[in-house]
Formats: sequence, structure tokens, C-alpha cells
Amino acid sequence: MNRRAVITATIALGLAAGPFLAGCTSKPTDPNAIVLTNVSYDPTRELYQAINPAFAAFWKQKTGKDVTFRMSHGGSGKQSRAIIDGLDADVATLGLAYDIDAIATKATLLPADWQKALPDNSSPYTSTIVFLVRKGNPKGIKDWGDLVKPGVQVITPNPKTSGGARWNFLAAWAYGKKAGGSDAAAEAYVTKLFANVPVLDSGARGSTTTFVERGIGDVLLAWENEAFLAEKELGKGQFELVAPSLSILAEPPVAVISANAKKHGTEEVADAYLRYLYTPEAQAAIAHNFYRPRDPKIAEQFKSQFPQIPMVTIDKDFGGWAKAQKTFFDDGGVFDRITTKK
Amino acid sequence: MKVRATSEDRLTQIVLIGLALTFLAFFLLLPLVAVFSEALGQGLGMFLEAVQTPDALAAIRLTLIIAAISVPLNVVFGIAASWAITKFQFPGKSLLITLIDLPFSVSPVVSGLIFVLLFGANGFVGPWLAEHDLKIIFAVPGIVLATVFITFPFVARELIPLMMEQGKDDEEAALSLGASGWQTFWHVTLPNIRWGLLYGVLLCNARAMGEFGAVSVVSGHIRGETNTMPLHVEILYNEYDFVGAFAVASLLALLALVTLVAKSVLEWRFDLHSGASH
Repeated sequence: MNRRAVITATIALGLAAGPFLAGCTSKPTDPNAIVLTNVSYDPTRELYQAINPAFAAFWKQKTGKDVTFRMSHGGSGKQSRAIIDGLDADVATLGLAYDIDAIATKATLLPADWQKALPDNSSPYTSTIVFLVRKGNPKGIKDWGDLVKPGVQVITPNPKTSGGARWNFLAAWAYGKKAGGSDAAAEAYVTKLFANVPVLDSGARGSTTTFVERGIGDVLLAWENEAFLAEKELGKGQFELVAPSLSILAEPPVAVISANAKKHGTEEVADAYLRYLYTPEAQAAIAHNFYRPRDPKIAEQFKSQFPQIPMVTIDKDFGGWAKAQKTFFDDGGVFDRITTKK
Repeated sequence: MKVRATSEDRLTQIVLIGLALTFLAFFLLLPLVAVFSEALGQGLGMFLEAVQTPDALAAIRLTLIIAAISVPLNVVFGIAASWAITKFQFPGKSLLITLIDLPFSVSPVVSGLIFVLLFGANGFVGPWLAEHDLKIIFAVPGIVLATVFITFPFVARELIPLMMEQGKDDEEAALSLGASGWQTFWHVTLPNIRWGLLYGVLLCNARAMGEFGAVSVVSGHIRGETNTMPLHVEILYNEYDFVGAFAVASLLALLALVTLVAKSVLEWRFDLHSGASH
């Protein structure tokens, strides 16, 4: 008799699970409605909010088809990991080339030479690393040398997890090397710098919140676009942007995740979407969102918006991301060495 | 002597109560007030606007769907498991009890990673799923799975001690009087456990809607699609949309308050009920 109850319970369980299992199968796709999934890093939300509707209108006019977007934002390294684990990205627009390299090598979802697919190293916009200080610059921070003075608290995210933090680290290294003339001097400089860092957040946005909202630290090492945004969104006059004497050209790359796009039949539109980023309209939207545009004409137009900073590059000065990652950020690299030393 | 003893007692009493209240004020009341004041800081209009953006509505809808699927599943499982454990003897019983408790002892992040390891593109069944065009991870089914796993013990843990205490005399009596298994369950067992069951459902639901860690790992954070309310709060906060973040957070806090009130009512009824039956 109890057996019947067990059977009933089993059936009830089955009924409850039924709709759930049915939900697993993907929905049939309308040939005229295209859905494009863009997996991006943290600070690009405002940028793609501006670009997506513009591209949708452009594509509608060109082909008569409607494009809608699914956006996912997070730390660059975390997003890369999610794509490797199966997050269905048609395009990846991440913080640094190494994170897309990882998708190519660990999951072979796109060719290893993906960075040659689009102009300018597949980076339609660039940025750099600047300082954000509190109103009136009470600690008188003008350049990298001021960051290692005693009593100055520096806020930067953790280079192990954050793309922006890796750019920060390399920019600091480049300064240390230029000022001291050797790798040893550079290492001594970054060791002193990181001794002044009270908290390492896992992502760029986390660090900005620590500095801006929680009021910790005297100077924030930040993406230029992030620094402008913090200054603008949180009320002008509270913070000041300081351009150092030397920084690094940060190239956030974009790529079609070809295996996924092929599966979804979105190869053509995904490629067109990324190429659209290089058009004058998109380049202007890029500049409006405080990224540095690649198009020389648009760059000229927005010239006064960005400080003139001499910049090193990852390829010329560090031998590319693969090498820099291995030397500085992998387990047992320079970053591990200098943080355990203190 | 007697007078002194009582006065000392009263002093201890006051200190203890004062301590508890201060603690409560700092760790519960103050944050709660902060959430609501921040949410309503820019006026009611901004609050309503913030919770009515398409992404916020999608997050609320998804959270309700997740709860609507995972709570019934765990009710059925919880009743079945606690029935089996308390009314029957079988080998491996203590192992089953331990397994039911597992989600309590495992960190939610690990729970989420388990599902990534299982269903991710490089996981055990990931390639098979991809071949058959089935999506689990970074989609709604994955979030449901993670939530079901996390909320697994709530109903069962509530029912097992209750049913253990009640024993199986009532059921045996019903059966010997000729009731069928289903009749026994419906007319004898269920009425006996209903308050405990409701209490379990409440806790299960609160956790299902509020879970962050495990869901964050399997969600993929696609706006308007796989963002639950707790995830949406984090995103809004990171986007400097403090009104929006606290508005959605206040909805979650409201849910907690409703749960608290419902819990108190249930406890009161529960006491009344079990008091009457003894």
C-alpha cells in the first residue's frame, strides 16, 4: 500500500521536472531575427549601450534583418573562463589579448591568429592607465615617483584576476625601468609601490568602488575611461585626473568566437558588428565614452579630451602578452615574488 | 539575601537584553534602514522607475520562475525523503541523512563549480549536451539546478525531526482500518506535518530567491536573461546605479521581512498545534 504512495510521489516528481527538462532544448530560431551574444569586460557597459542600437539600425537598413543583443559583463579573466566553459558568446570584447588567447588555446573556439582578423591588432579602441586623486590633490601626486612615498595609499586591483590591474602593473614597471635604467630597478620600484597598496580588489570596478565609495586610498590606478567615468558619474569636482609622465597603450581586443558563431549561423553578422566598431559613427561613440578612438580623423576631433601621455606598448616593450603573462603574472612570476617579499 | 539575588538577576537580565538589542540594532536594523533609505533617497518615483527597467523586471521574473520550479521540487523530495527516513528501516539510511545535509556544509561557490564541471563545455557531459543542442550551464536550467541543490535540505531538515517525533502509530492505525496508502498520506500524515512543511517551504523559498554564490557561477550574467535579483543588485551597484541597486535590494529585503512575519505566524500556530496534540 505504501508502494502506491511511492509511485504517486515519483509521478509527481516527474510532472514537476517535466517543464524544466522541456526548457533545456533551445528555442527554434526565426530566420529574420538574429540574436548576438557579446561577452565583454567590466567598464564597457555604457559603450555598448550606445553602439548596439546604432548597429541594429545599420544592419536593418543593410539586410532588412533585426538584430538583438545579449550582453554579459564581468572581469575580463572571469569572462574568458566562462566562454571556455561554454558561455555561448558570438563575440568576445575583453580587456586584453591574453584573455582571448586563452579561449583560442584552451578551448580552440577561434583560430590562434585571431588578432590578425581585424585592423589595429583587433583593437578598435585603446585606452591607457592614469591616476585618479581626491579633490585638490592633497598628497601632491604628479607622477609615478610620488606613489612610493611613505604614507601614500595606492588602490589597484589584483593583477592575478583583473585585466586592468595587469596594465597598471606593466605601466608601473615601464616607469621603474625608465627611471632606474634596469629590470632590477624596475622590480625594486614595483615592490615599493605594492607595499603601499592596502587592499587588492579582484576587478577594476571593485577598486573604483573602494576608492570612490568607501573613501580608501590617496590615488587610484585606473583605466583612463574608467577614471573619466568615475569623475563624470559621481559628480565633477570630487576627484581629479592626473596624467603621469609615462604610461602604457592598453589595447582591449575584440574577436568573433568562430565556433559558436558558426553553430548559431551568426558568422556574417558577428563579423560585420566588429567591423562596424571601426566606422566613424562608432568611433565617435567610442570617444564619447572616453575610450581613445583609432580613426585618425575622429581622434583629431576629440584631441582636447585626452591628456597627451608618452606610452610604451605591450608588443614592443614587453614582447607580447604571452611573454608578459608568463614573466610577470603566472604562478612563480615577478608579481608573486614581489608580494611574498614584503 | 533573597532580595539581593533577585536584583542581581535583574541586572544580568538588563545587561543581556541590552546587549542583544544593541547587537540587533547594529547588525540587522541599521542595514535594513540603510537599504530602504538609500532606495527611496531620490524619491518614490526614482524607486519605481528603477524596479521597472526591462532588466530589473526580467531579473524579478527569472527569480520567481526559479523559485516556482525549485521549491515544489524540493517539497516533493523533502516529503519523500523524510517519509522514507522516519517510517522505514533500510540500509544506508544514515548515509542518506548525511547526504541531505551536504549542501549546508559545502560553500555555494563550490556547489556552482560542481555544475560547471559536470555540464560545462569541457565537463563530463558537456560535449554530449553540445552535440544534442541542450543548454544547461549559463542558461535557466543551470540556475535551477544550482538553486535546487542549495535549497535541498530545507524541507527535509524541517520534516525529519517532526515526523520522527510523531512516529508511525497514526499511519499504522489508518492502514489497519483499511485506508489506502494515498488516503493515509492525505488524511493522516499531511495534516500532521503541515505547519512544519509550510515552515520548510518558507525557508526554502527565501533561500531560492536570495542565493548568490552558486547562481553567480552558473549564470553567465547575460542581462535580461540569466540575471537573478541578487546578481542584478551586484551589477547595478558596480555600475554606480546606487538607487537601482538598493531598490532591487529593498525588494529582496521586503521578501525577507514577509518571510519573517510568516515564520512568526507559523511558529505561533505550530506551537498551538503541537501543544494541543500532546
